[in-house]
Amino acid sequence: MKKFIAEEGLVLPLDRANVDTDYIIPKQFLKSIKRTGFGKNLFDEARYLDKGLPDADCSGRPLNPDFVMNQPRYAGASLLLARENFGCGSSREHAPWALDDYGIRCIIAPSYADIFFNNCVKNGILLIVLDEKTVDQLFQETFANEGYRLAVDLPAQTITKPDGTTIAFEIEDSRKNGLLNGLDDISLTLQNQAAIQTFEAGWQQKAPWLFGQQHV
Amino acid sequence: MSGLTLYDKLWNSHLVKDLADGTSLIYIDLHFLHEVTSPQAFEGLRLAGRKPWRADANMATPDHNVPTTRDERSRGVEGIIDPVSKIQVKSLDSNCVEFGINEFQIDDPRHGIVHVIGPEQGRTLPGMTIVCGDSHTSTHGALGSLAHGIGTSEVEHVLATQCLVQKKAKNMLIRVNGALAPGVTAKDVVLAIIGHIGTAGGTGYTIEFGGEAIQSLSIEGRMTVCNMAIEAGARAGMVAVDNKTIEYVKGRPFAPTGELWSKAEAAWRDLHSDADAVFDKVVELDAADIVPQVSWGTSPEMVAPVTGKVPNPADAPNETKRNNYAQALKYMGLEPGTPIQAIKLDRVFIGSCTNSRIEDLRAAAAVVKGRKVAANIKEALVVPGSGLVKAQAEQEGLDKIFIGAGLQWREPGCSMCLAMNADQLGEGEHCASTSNRNFEGRQGFGGRTHLVSPAMAAAAAVHGHFVDVRELELH
Repeated sequence: MKKFIAEEGLVLPLDRANVDTDYIIPKQFLKSIKRTGFGKNLFDEARYLDKGLPDADCSGRPLNPDFVMNQPRYAGASLLLARENFGCGSSREHAPWALDDYGIRCIIAPSYADIFFNNCVKNGILLIVLDEKTVDQLFQETFANEGYRLAVDLPAQTITKPDGTTIAFEIEDSRKNGLLNGLDDISLTLQNQAAIQTFEAGWQQKAPWLFGQQHV
Repeated sequence: MSGLTLYDKLWNSHLVKDLADGTSLIYIDLHFLHEVTSPQAFEGLRLAGRKPWRADANMATPDHNVPTTRDERSRGVEGIIDPVSKIQVKSLDSNCVEFGINEFQIDDPRHGIVHVIGPEQGRTLPGMTIVCGDSHTSTHGALGSLAHGIGTSEVEHVLATQCLVQKKAKNMLIRVNGALAPGVTAKDVVLAIIGHIGTAGGTGYTIEFGGEAIQSLSIEGRMTVCNMAIEAGARAGMVAVDNKTIEYVKGRPFAPTGELWSKAEAAWRDLHSDADAVFDKVVELDAADIVPQVSWGTSPEMVAPVTGKVPNPADAPNETKRNNYAQALKYMGLEPGTPIQAIKLDRVFIGSCTNSRIEDLRAAAAVVKGRKVAANIKEALVVPGSGLVKAQAEQEGLDKIFIGAGLQWREPGCSMCLAMNADQLGEGEHCASTSNRNFEGRQGFGGRTHLVSPAMAAAAAVHGHFVDVRELELH
C-alpha cells in the first residue's frame, strides 16, 4: 500500500454535500479490470459536457466551464476540500482509485461514508475530518485566495495554512500507522494465521453447517 | 450487565482476535463475488502468489454488467455484444476456475443478482458473517446475519485470509410500531426511514430493524428493508430470526439437513437482541404514518408521500440542505410545489436487488393486469432477480400479464439499477424505478430517477405519471 506522510499542495474546493461514488466515477468506467487509468474520468459527468465512454480519449472532450475542477486556478490540486457525507453510495474502490490517479492525496470534509473511508485508507489517501465550521472557513479562504495551499503533516496531525497558523486533526491510531508505514494489510493479518486457524477449528465444531456448504 | 444486541452476538461469535490498535479481526463465513469489483482482487492474489484461504466459503456470479435481452443472453457469455463487458464477465469465469470458486455462470438457470440468489439458494444462512464487493450486501441481514459491502482491497483480503480487520460499529434500533396500511410495502417503509434519519443517519452504526411492522413483513420484504440500510449510511442492516426466517431457509438447496439442520435451527433461535439489550440509538416510527413514498431528488433521503408535493429548497432546515435541494431540483427539472402525482414519466424499471423477487413481481403484475402501459411511457422493463424467480413468475403466468400490458420481460441481472449494460435512461428522462439509488446519472447520463415500490412503479407505468396505488382496484 502507498504511504502517506505529508502533503503540501493546492486545494480544490468541491462545494457539494452528499457526493456519492457514482458522481466520483460513473459506472461505465467500472468495466475496466485494472486499478489504474481512472483519473481522467474523475467526476466525469460534472467535469465534461458530453457522455463519457470507457477507454475513450478525453483530451478533446468539451469541458464544463462551471465545474470547479476545470478552473485553471485549481489545476494540479492534490488536496480536496469537501462537504458532509462525502463518498456515500456504492462500495466501488474505483472511486479512491480515480481520486488517486488524478493526484488527490488528501481529503478534508466534515464526514465521510464508512465504506469509502476504508477504501481510501487502503489506497494511501488520507481522509481528515474537521468540524463543519472549520471546513466552512477553509472553503471561504480557498475561494477568496487564488493559489490557496495547505500543508498536511500526518505524524504531527496538523494542517498548516498559508499564514502559518495550524489546525489539529484527529485520526485513529490504526489508520495513522497504516498510512505512515504503507503496510500490506494481508501480510499483517497473516501474521495472525495461527489465531485464525484456531478460531476456525473451534467455529467448525460449533457451527459445522457453515463449512463445505454442499448442494444437495 | 445489560444484554446483548443481535449485532453484538454476531460480532462476538466471529471475533478471532482484538488487535492492539482498537480494531478486531473478524472471521467471514461467506463471500460473494461478481464481475465488477473482483478482477483487481484476483490479480492481487496472483501477483502475491496467494490462494483463497477457504474456497468453499466463496460464491460468484456475474450480474452488474450482463445484458438482459433474450437475444444477447441466448448465446451465453459469447452473446454479450459489448466487448469490454464480455471481457469482464469472462475474467470472472476464468478467475473462478483458476481459484476453485463455485460460480453460477451467465447461462446457469440459477444465475441472477448476487443478493437475490444467495438467500434463494440457502447459501445465506442466519448467524453468518457475509461480505461482498457491493454495498447492497446488507440485504442478507434480513436472515439474521451480519452482512455488509466491502471494497476491492478487502475482497482480496477476505479471499486471502477469511477475515476482515474491523472496528465495531455502534448499535442502532429502528422500530416501526403498529401495522402497515394496505398498499404500503417494505419499500415504502425503508424510504420513509431514510427520509426520516437521512442518508448519513446510520453512518457508524449497524441498524437492527424491529417492531410489529417489520415482523409482519415477509422475508423478501425484510430483504428490501435491509438492502437499503446502506442508503441510510449504515453498512449493515439486520432483522432478528423468527419462525418466518427458519421456514424460509428450510429445504433450500444449500441449507443444512437432518441432524445438522436441528443443530443449526437451535443455534439460530438465539439470534435476536436480548430484552435488556442497550442500543446507542433508538429511532421509532409509527407504521400508520407511512404512505407510499416517491423520491423527488438525487439522494434517497429526498422522498415525499405520494400525496405530497416537491418541497421548496427555501424550507430546508439549513444552508447545506438548501443548496442540496436546489441542486437536486435543477438536475431533476422539477419546480418546488409540484404535486408528486403530476410528475410525468418516460420509463419504468421494475427490478434490482431491492425489488426483483417473486413477491415484487406479483405485486407489480396485480396492478398492471388487464391494463395497458400509458402512451407516454417509452419503455417499461421488468427484470427478474434470478433465473429461478423468472421461471417461477412464468409458471404463475406473470410474464404474460406484463407482456400483455405492454411491459418488457427480460433476463435476470442488475440492469437499469446501475445501468452498466445497455438498459439506460436517456438524458432528461424521468423513470419510476424500484431500485435503490437516485443519484445523478445513476440510471444513465442525465437520467432522472424516482424511487418507488413495485406496485407504485407498475401503477405509474399504466398512468404515465405517479398515482396513489391505494386508490387502484387490484386484480
